[in-house]
Amino acid sequence: MRNPQLNRHGELTHLITTEGLPRDILTHILDTAQTFVPLADRDVKKVPLLRGKSVFNLFFENSTRTRTTFEIAAKRLSADVFNLNINVSSAAKGETLLDTIANLSAMQADLFVVRHEASGAPYLIAQHVAPHVHVVNAGDGRHAHPTQGLLDMYTIRHFKKDFANLTVAVVGDILHSRVARSNIHALTTLGVAEVRAVGPLTLLPSGLDQMGVRVFTDMKEGIKGADVIIMLRLQNERMGGALLPSAHEYFKHYGLTEEKLALAKSDCIVMHPGPMNRGVEIDSAVADGPHSVILNQVTFGIAVRMAVMSIVAGASA
Amino acid sequence: MAPITPAYTPATLPDAETLYGNLLSAVRHIIQSLPTGLVHLVGIHSGGAWLAQRLHKDLGLAQPMGTLDISFYRDDFDKIGLHAQVMPSEISFPVADKHLILVDDVLYTGRTIRAAMNELFDYGRPASIRLAVLVDRGGRELPIAAVAVGGYVEPAPAASFVLSQTDTGAFVLNIETKEH
Repeated sequence: MRNPQLNRHGELTHLITTEGLPRDILTHILDTAQTFVPLADRDVKKVPLLRGKSVFNLFFENSTRTRTTFEIAAKRLSADVFNLNINVSSAAKGETLLDTIANLSAMQADLFVVRHEASGAPYLIAQHVAPHVHVVNAGDGRHAHPTQGLLDMYTIRHFKKDFANLTVAVVGDILHSRVARSNIHALTTLGVAEVRAVGPLTLLPSGLDQMGVRVFTDMKEGIKGADVIIMLRLQNERMGGALLPSAHEYFKHYGLTEEKLALAKSDCIVMHPGPMNRGVEIDSAVADGPHSVILNQVTFGIAVRMAVMSIVAGASA
Repeated sequence: MAPITPAYTPATLPDAETLYGNLLSAVRHIIQSLPTGLVHLVGIHSGGAWLAQRLHKDLGLAQPMGTLDISFYRDDFDKIGLHAQVMPSEISFPVADKHLILVDDVLYTGRTIRAAMNELFDYGRPASIRLAVLVDRGGRELPIAAVAVGGYVEPAPAASFVLSQTDTGAFVLNIETKEH
């Protein structure tokens, strides 16, 4: 079966997940993003690539950073951008997902950026749109957040130049994290030497070792000698239930402090997809410290989203 | 009846170094007529960037040169998408009120030059833009002309020129005919 993200010419026409994407496509996205970064220094920060195209941001789930960076990216490509908060509109009135898409397609949409609490929603939409319409997943359930994964890869490549000899530790709630999944798939495809998943046993999914990931429940062991540490947000709703005792307890064992960070390589970079819970998964001294590249991630996210949108929009119908 | 176009072979193609020599003296002549210190060369990736680099060196220009990749400004994005490897454009100097000499290897339809001019204006408002090319092959689809030209060569429409550079920096011009 053909990868549903690729068209019959093997071009990327939708971005749903980093899983199963060939290395040359991932590299092409990162290289293209790199050419968009210098735009920020120009008088006019826009290129006319998507002039006349309509990009619909469909956010069925709340988001500020992701929606805003997608909007900036689309506007820098000269597209017309429409932001729809679906959770307060049609869906609340009972319209089905596919009816919403059919209606928006009738308004001549060219590209949908979709965030949905249900895993698989962007894939379902991609299966039902016309061949010239493209879908970019901005996060679906626990499944995938491919542009976050790609901007993390961009950030790593920017600071470390090459993936081959790196040890990358992903720390926290791996079980519920679409960011972790997208990162792990991209890291293994790009040939990172060692990918580690670090967290309490209750928050580690099974089958990680089959994905080529080394699993650690002891954080100090897990980040020892790491070149890159990717911290994950601990979602408040997971707290206090059966999975975790308390935020305080979590911080003690899995919060990234300067003391723990000293175990990683001296030039280790610390990443976080945001929003951060200071004092839960990361200490302020680390978040604002010299190893942190968290705000670089946000800036690179614009260029990466520009690259993704321009590559899928350029795929032949 | 269609005009008979000569079938170029590597032996009958004009020598790229001779063309470059013509271009160099034409560009030198233009620069002499422009205010000193306000002239910058801007080469279009890839061939134009190589030419601009060598012109910059041979003319001993003090002002930095720039390079452009016009992929994001092409008018055929809907047809061809973004496949080719895109290089970053590098214009490290303010273009406002500068006299720019745009350099490319082959001038054909003029669409690349239009795209390059659009991109340049996104960096600011230059005082003027002039065009210098190694080869003018005719076939213009837009009102665009070069003021410095290495030579005029008109091959068959399906043929395209390919400029390359040897390890010593010398230019070599070849012709390729696309299979349809």
